Amino acid sequence: MSGGALPTQVGQLARRSVLRTLRQPAQIVPALIFPLFLLAVNSGGLKDATNLPGFPTDSYLTFALAVPFMQGALFSVMNAGTDLARDIETGFLNRLALTPLRGAALLSGLLAGAVVLGLVQAATYLTVGLIAGAELVTGVPGALTIVALAVSITVAFGSIGLFAALRTGSGEAVQSLFPVFFVFLFISSMALPLDLLQTDWFHAVASANPVSYLLGAFRSLLIEGWDLGALALGFGIAATILVIGMTAASAALKTRLVRT
Amino acid sequence: MSDDRERAGIEVEGLVREFKNGPRAVDGIDLRVAPGEIYGFLGPNGAGKSTTVLMLTTLLPPTAGTARVAGFDIVREGPSVRGAIGAALQEAALDPLLSGAEHMRLQTALHGVPKAERGERSAELLSRVGLSEAADRRVAGYSGGMKRRLDLALALVHRPRILFLDEPTTGLDIQSRTALWDEVARLASEDGVTVFLTTQYLEEADALAGRVGIIDHGRIVAEGTPAELKAEIGRPTVEAVPRDPADQERVARALQPFGERCGATHRGGASVLLAGGESQLADVVRALDAEGIAIETLQLHAPSLDDVFLAKTGRSLEGAGEAEAEADSEEMEVVGA
Repeated sequence: MSGGALPTQVGQLARRSVLRTLRQPAQIVPALIFPLFLLAVNSGGLKDATNLPGFPTDSYLTFALAVPFMQGALFSVMNAGTDLARDIETGFLNRLALTPLRGAALLSGLLAGAVVLGLVQAATYLTVGLIAGAELVTGVPGALTIVALAVSITVAFGSIGLFAALRTGSGEAVQSLFPVFFVFLFISSMALPLDLLQTDWFHAVASANPVSYLLGAFRSLLIEGWDLGALALGFGIAATILVIGMTAASAALKTRLVRT
Repeated sequence: MSDDRERAGIEVEGLVREFKNGPRAVDGIDLRVAPGEIYGFLGPNGAGKSTTVLMLTTLLPPTAGTARVAGFDIVREGPSVRGAIGAALQEAALDPLLSGAEHMRLQTALHGVPKAERGERSAELLSRVGLSEAADRRVAGYSGGMKRRLDLALALVHRPRILFLDEPTTGLDIQSRTALWDEVARLASEDGVTVFLTTQYLEEADALAGRVGIIDHGRIVAEGTPAELKAEIGRPTVEAVPRDPADQERVARALQPFGERCGATHRGGASVLLAGGESQLADVVRALDAEGIAIETLQLHAPSLDDVFLAKTGRSLEGAGEAEAEADSEEMEVVGA
């Protein structure tokens, strides 16, 4: 037998990845609850920020609603990476390596779980945000675009989790990345728009931080309307991270799987 | 595929694996396993058994030497080797969140079993290893024996010609171990599967393997059928346990003329290596009777693979203690009854 075709391999591994995700409430629940909790705290505590001249909206909740999508994507780094690291630690990767499995199928299949998690997260954040009173000026097409962008970012970040898992082979090492990524979120336009950041060094760092532009893409759909430049930047950054992540993960997979 | 390859087993010459900053885990081994043979690779922890399996299954490149598995070179023809072999590695690498049936579905698909045959093949193998009823339960709830049996079923989905089993029964109870032995023996005898089995259990190698290679510190120190290896050691041991423990020294003196003394046994008796072989047993009985010693048990122990290991390496095989303690306790129950 020469092995399953690539779509079959991807499909089967995707199925496993999705089943694993759905069967681990401990992966899904924190990724849903924690960002919504921070949204509630921030939108309550920082609502006076809307009085600043130049603030783009009267609703801080609408402005802050972009943040959970990014936080949710950070969870996918941990979840996708930890799952793969566990496969390495338990020897399951060796089992897969003994089949005619292609590396591309393994990585793509593993990211399928991140897609499902991204979909569930994005739909939940958006629904809760709108129920709580957030605005969405682009309507239903905008909501679908937000979900697509959120899933793209989740998958892109998930690829970094896969790389970390393949490079280290350790679930603990993957989990230690989470605070590092969280710092990137905090030194961005998370709390205020870039042009309202008054501290020079913070403004400079946040302007160089890709996370600011990912947030900007969500906010364009929530607050401003169809800004193709902001969307292109958001999807472009997600695609770039995905390409870098998958390239690095593929190289790490070759090193990890030293099969002849 | 050529007939030669269909009939090929395992051929290893000068295989070496060196790890960075470490000793040679495998230090130039040569071996041949004939098609349909069960080859037992016996050795203590850290002897190099698993490293050898990883190289032969193409998961670890050798540092030096050559090996052909199913007629394919393990370095140059890795994918062909993997297509011809099945392997259950040291830890049953299963996903606790998936059921047995879901594992089978994944494995059959990845091995390219046609979609229409996957269900039937999975059901057949799960039934063969006694997991039909547990097929839809998640593996997290399986016992160690069930996991090992599922591991074996997964290794067989693509009908491999050569099966590598790395310590398949470690940690299993006797019942699960015996069930697995039966299945492995059936695979070799009925399906003609070549089996390369690593173990640290003496009785496993003895019961299953047609030939045994004993490995220590990365080198094969002895090889042959279990009977040949034991014959190298030659002499059996006789052990006599007096009814009155105070007679232990008298028993030892009575046995002394028959061979080299092994010393006091943990059951309060004495034992000697019979210089003239088992034919001396009648003389031993007569000598004990002549001394008027009441004997509780008298046992003749054939040479074991542990004796072989001891003779070749100067130390006892790790794990043998456990196995022998198990055997001893069964023996005591019989005597007591």
